[in-house]
Amino acid sequence: MNNGAQILVIDDEIQIRKLLEITLDSNNYRTIFAVNAKEGLSMVANHQPDLVILDLGLPDEDGQVVLKRLREWYKNPIIILTVKSAEDEIVKALDNGANDYLTKPFRTQELLARIRTALRNSVTEEKEPIIEFGSVSIDLASRIVRLNNEILKLTTTEYNLLSIFVKNDGRVLTHQYLLKEVWGNSYADQTQYLRVFVAQLRKKIEEDPNRPKFIITESGVGYRFNTS
Amino acid sequence: MFYQIIARVMSTILNQIKIKNQYLISVLSVGTVASLCLFIRDYLDYKIVGYLLLVVVSVLSMFLAILPLLLSAVLSALILNFLFIKPYYTLHISNAEDSLLLILFFIIALVNAVLTHKIRRAEKILQVKEVRINTMKLYNALLDSLSHELRTPISTIMGAIDTIQSKSVPISDENKDNLYGEIEKASLRLNHQVENLLNMSRLESGVIEPKMDWCDLEELIYNVLDHLKEDLQFHKVIVKTDENLPLFKLDYGLMQQIIYNLVFNASQYTPKGAKIEIKVSYNAAVDFEYNPEKLFPCVITIADDGIGFPENEIDKVFDKFYRLQNSKTGGTGLGLSIVKGFVEAQHGIVKLENREEGGSVFTLSFHTLTMNTKEISNEIAINK
Repeated sequence: MNNGAQILVIDDEIQIRKLLEITLDSNNYRTIFAVNAKEGLSMVANHQPDLVILDLGLPDEDGQVVLKRLREWYKNPIIILTVKSAEDEIVKALDNGANDYLTKPFRTQELLARIRTALRNSVTEEKEPIIEFGSVSIDLASRIVRLNNEILKLTTTEYNLLSIFVKNDGRVLTHQYLLKEVWGNSYADQTQYLRVFVAQLRKKIEEDPNRPKFIITESGVGYRFNTS
Repeated sequence: MFYQIIARVMSTILNQIKIKNQYLISVLSVGTVASLCLFIRDYLDYKIVGYLLLVVVSVLSMFLAILPLLLSAVLSALILNFLFIKPYYTLHISNAEDSLLLILFFIIALVNAVLTHKIRRAEKILQVKEVRINTMKLYNALLDSLSHELRTPISTIMGAIDTIQSKSVPISDENKDNLYGEIEKASLRLNHQVENLLNMSRLESGVIEPKMDWCDLEELIYNVLDHLKEDLQFHKVIVKTDENLPLFKLDYGLMQQIIYNLVFNASQYTPKGAKIEIKVSYNAAVDFEYNPEKLFPCVITIADDGIGFPENEIDKVFDKFYRLQNSKTGGTGLGLSIVKGFVEAQHGIVKLENREEGGSVFTLSFHTLTMNTKEISNEIAINK
């Protein structure tokens, strides 16, 4: 069911490698492993895996450096593993081209969901013009949003924000990225706009705005739009 | 007892005065007293001046280091001789009685200085010992609670795995599932405690630098409640926030941990069906003016209608590793001290009180930049 996508895991911890091997194998992925940055970089070059899982805490090289060097030529998704409470590191890694992140300790169900999202996004670049989730449908061509088949009035900013979210279903988007995309480069650290408009958008599209299902807060990092 | 207090105060003063300034103090105080006496030299017996200078040396001996002290003793002897013992302005002494007096003066000043210095040193050693004993006590408390809090889940995991893997005794699928459930619970508990310990060590090492950014506290509170929904399934949680709650400049991650620990605590130490009320209040003036420079109060209260805290222990609950005398549930006594540390890292204050109507209330008060969001929302009209 996963077309046997090949995944390279770069992690120096044998227990994590073992866990991932069993988990990924039983989900029909093909797995290969590297124990340090040097081995990892050469394996990406030799095997061209469909996805890379990269631990930021490698013994021989800073994970951020590995990430940058990979992104010089490697186009497929990279998911990073890191420790919690390292939000700055996470944001930096996302800026350096990582597609997603997981903090240790992580649940394998979560990892599998992230892998599915990353692989799906890399396969289909062009989207359907009409996107549906929950009781919301968005026509990206005519810029019309419906809730329960009735037209939902959104402001320009709300619509722009929502359309970026739906185009990046399942992906984590940093505060900076969203601010630059919706409001422009000079707004990159004006998080107040994001806070206000995310709250407004949630009130319009979420069933219970206080327990959002679609626009998920990623503490200290950004937001993740999730329809699955 | 009284002497100990004086000595402690003095030694703290001593630690704060640089050695160079100590020499200055010693010369200045002897000089000042001597020059004051000089004006009334003709009406005073030089013996009185001698006593006065002795008093100066004695007072100095309570907080100066040994070398500046010896300087003051020598200096006062010289001044006494030069200015007050006839013939004036010479170091020559005409009669034997005066010579004897001067020598006695010098010896008393010296002995006084050296003795006080020795007592002070003994006091210091005692203090160091006391600190070490307290550290040991704290360390033992840590070991006690840690060994319990970490070993319990580890035992559960190891034991459950043994039973599942055991070949001699077959185990039913239902029991297997139960054991897997216990393993999961144990690892979550282990994770929670490790998280606490890491937070504590972050606080201890002083590496916490709050990242102040605009926070939607209503969203943050519901986010925390969502993480705690398992623990709160038998509690009634009420969130009271204003519809137009402004944004506050606080550290989102630290605030999350603070509220998490307080609500988690309330869920653990109150009976099923208890009510937990979270309220955010702010200065209504924010609704009418927006001043990007001005700090406004932001007060978060977390109240429950449980049994409250014993009055005599309220002051101690924020201490590291402190656990209530009669507490049954596990815990390392770290949760509330992390709350205190994280609140103070954002220049806030945390307070615990028992409520008259029963239960207790934690009050978090911050003074922080506050933003009325209406202005931002108003932009919509322009965009439209």
